[in-house]
Amino acid sequence: MAAVAEFDSVGLRYGTGAEVLRDLDFRLRTGSFYFLTGPSGAGKTSLLKLLYLAQRPTRGRIKLFGEELSEAPREALPPFRRRIGVVFQDFRLVRHLSAFDNVALPLRVAGAREEDVEGPVREMLAWVGLADRASARPPTLSGGEQQRVAIARAVINRPELLVADEPTGNVDAEMANRLMGLFTALNRLGTTVVVATHDVGLINATPGAKLIRLEGGTLVDPTGTLRNPPRPPRRQVP
Amino acid sequence: MLDWLFASPAERRLLAASSKSAPTPWVIAIMSFSIMMIAAAGLALANTAGVLSRAIEVRYALEVPGGAANLGDLLQIVRSSPGVTTAQAVPESDMRKMLERWLGPAAQSKELPVPALINFDVQPGANVGTIEHRVQLTAPTARIVAHRETVAPLLQSLTLLQVVALGLVLLLSAAAAAAVVLAARGALDTHRFTIDVMHGIGATDLQVTRLFQRKIAIDAFIGSITGGLAAALVLLALAGGAAFAGEITGGATLGVGDLIVLSLLPFALTGLATWVARVAVLRALREAL
Repeated sequence: MAAVAEFDSVGLRYGTGAEVLRDLDFRLRTGSFYFLTGPSGAGKTSLLKLLYLAQRPTRGRIKLFGEELSEAPREALPPFRRRIGVVFQDFRLVRHLSAFDNVALPLRVAGAREEDVEGPVREMLAWVGLADRASARPPTLSGGEQQRVAIARAVINRPELLVADEPTGNVDAEMANRLMGLFTALNRLGTTVVVATHDVGLINATPGAKLIRLEGGTLVDPTGTLRNPPRPPRRQVP
Repeated sequence: MLDWLFASPAERRLLAASSKSAPTPWVIAIMSFSIMMIAAAGLALANTAGVLSRAIEVRYALEVPGGAANLGDLLQIVRSSPGVTTAQAVPESDMRKMLERWLGPAAQSKELPVPALINFDVQPGANVGTIEHRVQLTAPTARIVAHRETVAPLLQSLTLLQVVALGLVLLLSAAAAAAVVLAARGALDTHRFTIDVMHGIGATDLQVTRLFQRKIAIDAFIGSITGGLAAALVLLALAGGAAFAGEITGGATLGVGDLIVLSLLPFALTGLATWVARVAVLRALREAL
């Protein structure tokens, strides 16, 4: 099966500090569902940043959607970013825009006509239970509501790769199940999903999902629970 | 080409109103006002220099040091010379009156030798050397002096002032551009988070730039027009005085062409500010991934 992402001996360091990610070798299969786990500081967020092209690796190669992008000129990156939906841990909603405008942002950036924006955005807001908060701005929304807006924004244009950093950290169990249901539905439609989480219950409740575990910036399989544990030199997470 | 100017309401909402951009129109207005005033002064000077230069181009003075008893004969010789259109002797009394400014009552002393002077105009291309030769047959010490040589220092000063005016216009334009760069950087800092989010979801640099370019273009346009209108009002108020000055200098005022140039300056300043903002924002964005 084709890989949506391929990491080849990837390392990452910030400035002159020590490497936060080392020797990452793995592939993410198109259409699969992955959980990224590991203790705090293991490098999960850094790995996600590499995935959604917010960071370049300091060594190694990264292929996304079949294209080598580790050294691609920055002008080449926007079209790839449009194929990726991201749910940030801190939501990263634009404070002065309404929930509607925040969710509509990816569509507008992609050049959608205004008449093609209204319907999908209303529908998505209704799906995450915020139909009546469309005109509310993020500072007036609760943490859970902001997270739902962030998720709606990430999935509004049906991304090929969905990357979520602790997406259910601020919502109740019922909403967490609904959101995971949305992720699963998108996954069934072909979207590759990568969710970073500490929530074991969430992992157990998602049958068929694969695990990627990071410790100290490297891929590990200490529990032997990975269905396809990473193997050096090219570790493959199915 | 100008589609960036017509942003949708959604695009306009992306950049929330920020107090940091508030001074920009005022800075541009002051620059626009100053540029208009200096440019108007420079153009008026150029016209004055032109009028003066044309007026003295064909004017000469015949000087006879120590005076001439036969001034009437000399005047006749000059008038009858080929190419001379008009000639007029300056009366000795006028000469003494002029010398009184420096010499006081001593200027009226009969012992003071006062030079005889005849002002005359010639047709373009007339041979002044021939005229001088004819005059020197009667008054060997007579010499002809071109007015343009006398007035040359003044004309040079006027030219220098025009260069200074042009330099000031360029300097002020550069200062306006620098102010726009600072405003653009300030706006980028203010909206850094929004830009990061836009980049993260696939916005191109040009998409981000057009938002700032439009905002600064509007600020620059408002500032330029405000400053330009204020300058126009001041110039109108000065018009009476300028007309008076124009009479003194032979009618030099601002012509239609000058007014067109002046009226285009605010638009040129807006264009400059918009272009500078675009370049500044694009360069700043390239520093990020």
